[in-house]
Amino acid sequence: MESLTLTDVEQKYYSDLFVYCDTDNTKKVASNGKVLDLFRAAQLPSEVVLQITELCGATRLGHFGRSQFYIALKLIAVAQSGLPLRVESLNSVKDLPLPRFVVAKNEQEARHTAMYPDLENQGPYQGVIPRPPGRGQVKKVSPDTTSPVVSPHQSPPTSPHAWRKHKRQASGGNVERPPVVVAGAVWTPFREAQSGPVVVGDGMWSAHSPPPVQESWVSLKDTYPPSSSKMIISICYFPLNVSLGSNEIQRQSSSGYDDPWKITDEQRQYYINQFKTIQPDLNGFIPGSAAKEFFTKSKLPILELSHIWELSDFDKDGALTLDEFCAAFHLVVARKNGYDLPEKLPESLMPKLIDLDDSAEVPDQAPDVGYSGSPVEVTPNKSPMPSLNQTWPDLNQGNEQWETFSERSSSSQTLTQFDSNIAPADPDTAIVHPVPIRMTPSKIHMQEMELKRTGSDHTHPTSPLMAKPPELSEETKLATSMKFVTANSGKCQGMFHYHKELRTIAVCRSNSGTSPEGLKVAAAPPPPPPRPNASHSRSSSLDMNRNFAAHPTGPQQSGVVACPPAIPPRPLPTQTSGPHSGHRSDEGLAAHSTTSPQQIPEQPNFADFSQFQAFAASDQPSDDGEKHPESLPVSQTYSIIQNLFYQLCSVIRKETETAKGSIMAPPPKPVRRRLKSEDELQDEALPPKSNVIATVLATLPSIPRSVGKDKKAIQASIRRNKETNTVLARLNSELQQQLKDLLEERISLEVQLEQLRPFSHL
Amino acid sequence: MAVCIAVIAKENYPLYIRSVPVQNELKFHYTVHTSLDVVEEKISAVGKAMADQRELYLGLLYPTEDYKVYPSHMIIVYYTPVCMFFILIENILLYRHTRYGYVTNSKVKFVIVADSSNTSLRDNEIRSMFRKLHNSFTDVMCNPFYNPGDTIQSKAFDSMVSAMMVQAS
Repeated sequence: MESLTLTDVEQKYYSDLFVYCDTDNTKKVASNGKVLDLFRAAQLPSEVVLQITELCGATRLGHFGRSQFYIALKLIAVAQSGLPLRVESLNSVKDLPLPRFVVAKNEQEARHTAMYPDLENQGPYQGVIPRPPGRGQVKKVSPDTTSPVVSPHQSPPTSPHAWRKHKRQASGGNVERPPVVVAGAVWTPFREAQSGPVVVGDGMWSAHSPPPVQESWVSLKDTYPPSSSKMIISICYFPLNVSLGSNEIQRQSSSGYDDPWKITDEQRQYYINQFKTIQPDLNGFIPGSAAKEFFTKSKLPILELSHIWELSDFDKDGALTLDEFCAAFHLVVARKNGYDLPEKLPESLMPKLIDLDDSAEVPDQAPDVGYSGSPVEVTPNKSPMPSLNQTWPDLNQGNEQWETFSERSSSSQTLTQFDSNIAPADPDTAIVHPVPIRMTPSKIHMQEMELKRTGSDHTHPTSPLMAKPPELSEETKLATSMKFVTANSGKCQGMFHYHKELRTIAVCRSNSGTSPEGLKVAAAPPPPPPRPNASHSRSSSLDMNRNFAAHPTGPQQSGVVACPPAIPPRPLPTQTSGPHSGHRSDEGLAAHSTTSPQQIPEQPNFADFSQFQAFAASDQPSDDGEKHPESLPVSQTYSIIQNLFYQLCSVIRKETETAKGSIMAPPPKPVRRRLKSEDELQDEALPPKSNVIATVLATLPSIPRSVGKDKKAIQASIRRNKETNTVLARLNSELQQQLKDLLEERISLEVQLEQLRPFSHL
Repeated sequence: MAVCIAVIAKENYPLYIRSVPVQNELKFHYTVHTSLDVVEEKISAVGKAMADQRELYLGLLYPTEDYKVYPSHMIIVYYTPVCMFFILIENILLYRHTRYGYVTNSKVKFVIVADSSNTSLRDNEIRSMFRKLHNSFTDVMCNPFYNPGDTIQSKAFDSMVSAMMVQAS
């Protein structure tokens, strides 16, 4: 025979087959027995088989030596590819697929036996597979064709098994013979070559009659690595294994590694039933000890069970929710079937709040849906997280918190708080849209969670999330790296607080077990400082202090810091842009156009701002030279508006002191709103500001200082001040909104930065 | 920078020791063991119960310790018909190892041996390392299949520790 060149894969494959057939270890194989069985399993007509044996010289020799065997295998491959059998074709055919041997079901084996009457070896294969003993649960599964784990018909489970036995064992189909490769060999290649071979195998086998299950199984052979023979899997759980695998292969043909981990509906139903036996409440937890007992019954080594637990206890609370339990159970089943445990929990096993595929969880969905509706009523403000957590106590806590955040966020998004201070009566204001007051943190959390969800590719209960307004889309990047934190979300006390939360989010322990981003774990995050002081580290400018000397500037003077995350310093446009942007923001806010300072000018609606506008116009030239960064200095505008507020309030206060009217000055607001980026204010910005202030003061010229001098005038001035007040309040809220948006942007950017920054330290 | 990380149980037996230059593992074991004395001393010095996590961090146990590492190199082999002479020349390398300790409320001690020859680690970094260790340790504890007192075999814990040591070096 001529020399045969084999590829490495082929070489390995053939040598394994040879070893398989070479039961006597004599380096030559008899032409009967396993070799023939093998050849028959190739599903070639018998005359082809004969031809092959003849071609390879075995008939001459009377037995198959190694080379003959290899040649025969190659010829089988040739024949299976439909090429004519020729000796020359041995080496000439490139890229010949490995010869495939059919994995026969029991019925198929029977068919084979029928087809090949001289087969005496096939028979014993049937019914040889033992049923899994041990775990009651598993036991229940395997013999039952309707059980979730077993595929629709029982034969597939046996088929790969049979195939392997075919390859490896004596024709007696003895189970006792150590199934060296048996499960392992097929499983490892199976595992490793999910998509490609499956697809390929399916395609290749299309010409043949074997059922798809077998095709998929058979295709495994293509990637048969001899090294896998090291794996020894308990044969007992084999059928379970096979059925599981075949199920999974069947169901997911193309996607990849995660697919085998996907829990089918039947399996999930089974797991849920098992969960019920331990914990009747589907929304409850299984404590660790009970779970330990349960899974110990599976007779897996403790180390592996420990690893499975680590993978599946997603929130690390020592208890298993339904999802976690299903994941754990699934991993146990897979492990028993020979799958290696993954290092990380596969995506499809991650506990989800709502599994849309699972009918058993539909009742859970109802509350979720209910939730998305209900939050609308819930006042978004105070600690949305805790309220949400209360409302979803039963669901998986850790995960639920994610979900809750997402739900919450949607609610907070949809919610709009109307500032009661805003008097809509002002006819001049063109802006009548409701201004959401809700502070950012909940949104941030929500979005982070959402991002985490979307990042981890879950099928999420989409409706509330998808309904997210586009403005939050920028935060989608957030969650991918942020592992969520539950504790601090409750502290949503102000925008500035978000800074702290950002840090604590990054810093607090992640829910997931592995946090490759190297999250720093912080001690309990510092309690939120009182609002006035809680804004960023940017201390108030001294000029501002000077301006408001009369004003209680205590909070301003404390240059406080709530651990602000490092933010690239904005090239600060001058303060003049502040009023500009402030003004602009009034009408620009709705459009969220935050950048162009040039939009300012149209303030025609604000009669009260006319003076400012005059100034704005005067300041405009100085503005032109400035380029605002894209991420606009909301902080500036904010500071500007705050300044305005302070000024106005001081003015108002002064007047209220003199006049008798009571003005609804928004005292808390100016005090609260720390000038966020005061330190970014440049000195040159201040003089215009003081000019503005002077102007404001000047515009209230007619206010008589003496009490009772002219009540009407006083009242008029009071009215005017009130109007100005409301206008400013509205402006303030609008700017706050802008600020929020920018802060969110900043969060996302910081997160990105964090992601990109190489971890140089812990 | 961390060349060795050890987790020691309450009864002062190691639950987990891992060091990066594997050949000197025994020496690190010794180092950790000696540092236990210092840890005990610090614990007893504090007196009443400490709830604050800050106090769990014991800080630098020794100012620095000259630690001699002896890799032996066989440089010259003399072969004579009669006998063979192996001349070993010991290279004495001086590493300064700094040890940091951390004790949990349940008296589980973490010791980090760090190499100070590189840029010295800031205190915050060490603290964060301990925090991560503590968290991973808690995760291991939460696992019902882990019996307290067993050596820690969790892969997650291992990977976390490796990450810390790899990053450091």
